Amino acid sequence: MAVNYGSRRVVVGAHYGMRDWLSQRVTAALMAIFTLVLLVQLLMPGPLGYDKWAGIFAAQWMKVLTFAVFVALGWHAWVGVRDIWMDYVKPVGLRLVLQVATIVWLVGCMGWAVQVLWRL
Amino acid sequence: MPEMSPPAARARPGTMRLVDALQYRLPLAGVVSILHRVSGALMFALLPFVIWLFDVSVSSEVSYERFRAAFGAGIGFVPAWGVKLVVLALVWAYLHHAIAGLRHLWMDATHSVSREQGRSSAIVTLALSIFLTLGLGAKLFGLY
Repeated sequence: MAVNYGSRRVVVGAHYGMRDWLSQRVTAALMAIFTLVLLVQLLMPGPLGYDKWAGIFAAQWMKVLTFAVFVALGWHAWVGVRDIWMDYVKPVGLRLVLQVATIVWLVGCMGWAVQVLWRL
Repeated sequence: MPEMSPPAARARPGTMRLVDALQYRLPLAGVVSILHRVSGALMFALLPFVIWLFDVSVSSEVSYERFRAAFGAGIGFVPAWGVKLVVLALVWAYLHHAIAGLRHLWMDATHSVSREQGRSSAIVTLALSIFLTLGLGAKLFGLY
């Protein structure tokens, strides 16, 4: 299954080198920061109800940050779930189907999330 | 390979299957690692549910009442305790995944990759995620 192309790499379908490793960490850091930003706003004084919750996402800067986090989440989940398929699903055809389904799932979810965010 | 094994010892039993893999006693760092994957897969699978919660909670005051009702009366045929259980699973998944991820960042940044550091940070990860899950879970189920 694994074919050697040249002397340096065994082609298994992954990306190579820094890119996925780094993007997984950058997107994770962004989501961690977002979690803190959201927590701080939730813990601000005042009753915790619809007004406060919706008010947090009404601010334009929060919309921009949340949108960036949606993109980060989709990218992060793609790299992670693709790793799961590559580890456990060996038939290439089935793996391709699952990978495409993953992309459809994530892009669809992201479209819904962005719609919710930006119609506020 | 520091030493060559005799041919008989090198004979392999064939492809390892899940039942064989389950015979291994995982070190705690291994437990954190597989749970990192499980928690990520869980959140991936339940992503539409999370977006639905975001949708009804934030869209309008009317929909916010539907959000509240999900935890008070349930959603359709799913009772409220079932909804809370799923949310509790998501809370755990998020906490474990985030803390295990921060552990990776810490290991990358400080080159803390010895066996002892791997074990102690795995204990911290498991303890912190379980402790926070229990705390938030008690709140979720109205214990305080």
